Amino acid sequence: MFLTDYIKDVTGALKSLATGMKRTLYYFTHHKEIITEQYPDNRATLVMADRFKGEVVMPHDEKNEHRCTGCTACELACPNGTIKVVTKFDITPEGKKKKAIDKLVYHLELCTMCNLCVQACPSDAIKMAQTFEHSVFDRSKLTKILNNPGSKIMEGVE
Amino acid sequence: MWSLAHIANEIHQWLNNTFNPTWTLIIEMVLAGVAVIGLFAALGLVLVLMERRVAAWIQIRLGPNRVGPLGLLQSMADTLKLIVKEGLTPDGADKVMFNIAPFIAMIVAMLLMAPIAFAKDFQLWDLNIGVLYVTAVSSIMVISILMAGWSSNNKYSLMGAMRSGAQIVSYELSAGLSIMTIIVLTGSLQVSDIIQAQSNGWWIFKGHLPVWISFIIFIIAVTAETNRAPFDLAEAESELTAGFHTEYSGMKFALFFLAEYINVFIVCAIGATLFLGGWMPLHFGSNNAFNNAMDYIPSSVWFFGKTFFLIFLIMWFRWTFPRLRIDQLLNLEWKYLLPISMFNLLLATAMAILGWHF
Repeated sequence: MFLTDYIKDVTGALKSLATGMKRTLYYFTHHKEIITEQYPDNRATLVMADRFKGEVVMPHDEKNEHRCTGCTACELACPNGTIKVVTKFDITPEGKKKKAIDKLVYHLELCTMCNLCVQACPSDAIKMAQTFEHSVFDRSKLTKILNNPGSKIMEGVE
Repeated sequence: MWSLAHIANEIHQWLNNTFNPTWTLIIEMVLAGVAVIGLFAALGLVLVLMERRVAAWIQIRLGPNRVGPLGLLQSMADTLKLIVKEGLTPDGADKVMFNIAPFIAMIVAMLLMAPIAFAKDFQLWDLNIGVLYVTAVSSIMVISILMAGWSSNNKYSLMGAMRSGAQIVSYELSAGLSIMTIIVLTGSLQVSDIIQAQSNGWWIFKGHLPVWISFIIFIIAVTAETNRAPFDLAEAESELTAGFHTEYSGMKFALFFLAEYINVFIVCAIGATLFLGGWMPLHFGSNNAFNNAMDYIPSSVWFFGKTFFLIFLIMWFRWTFPRLRIDQLLNLEWKYLLPISMFNLLLATAMAILGWHF
């Protein structure tokens, strides 16, 4: 029947509009739902989302030791040449040569935070940090060396 | 008693005692013009801020809160910015029409202020065809939009203007028919008569179903007529880059922007007058204690309260509903609103003749 369909159409439309308006009225009257972060003001209490990725860092323990073996898996995994691993050869106490990193160069200005290097790392040497205030006045300051000066590889990490 | 009508009378008497009647009339006209322009400026500032706050809260944001206490000076700062900006006229534009169009939009808005009763006995011009005058003058608005769109010499502007023309022409019909419902019930086109007819209850309370239907249709139709979302196809910032006022900048843009808000205010004032009793306080039957208490609230507060409630309703629409496509827009008007409002008018007429309302 045409007329019943027509009336059903109109009432259905009004009902669905009312549903939408009910939701927006709820948000209008419930200000505690507001999700705005007033960023520079709340810097002290800022809570970052778990999945936020800000930059690649290499954690060091208190003895200034990292877990990087210099395998260059991260360099190979990186889609846009952000990471360069510069290796050197250490002499072990037994007199054997052992590969280790000299510098792990990280170009923050090229990085897209894709997380592939962190996934590729076999020894969990690098991870994503949640820092995000990366603005600097000189581009060269964005090229970082991730391993601390004088740092060594941790015992037992192969 | 302190009221707007009282102040107006005092001024009128003082002028009459000081000058001769001709000068009194001229000075009163100038005063009325200044008052209207002042109201425009104030409304522009308040409504822009209100829109931004309502939008922000509906979208779970905070809104402007940096300029001045609670962000109250935000629209002042925006106005200052627009004043110091250059009012550019494009090379290919029709210079005269391009520069006249925003002023026509403003003049239409100013003309519409004439028959609105802002408070008890406080009205610029209580002409006997007040409602007809409003519906007639408000359709001049489309001319300014078409002028702006055509003279900009820009395809998006023209497209926006043509859409706006189609939209306003179609929605005027159902807006007119829903206003007719009230006129049928009142039996007069005069604004003061319509308000007086609601002294024992607003039409939305005594009119039952036909008035509810016509109120809903009126609100939908005026939302479309003022080119606001969900019917903002004429502007459609995401597809037409602001439509008819793409090429406008500085104060000329500000005039269009202001005219939009003034029009919203005017249609809401008309809606408040027709359906919610204008400045008439809320009265319930013979409950005298309650009625007297309501009478203590000044009539201007009632009028502006109702008007701002309707403005909030229209803003609420804007930030809830997605924009319609042009064919959906015309479908809604010609297949739904127009037949329903015609049938509704018939119902209201029968009701008025048989005296079913109280």
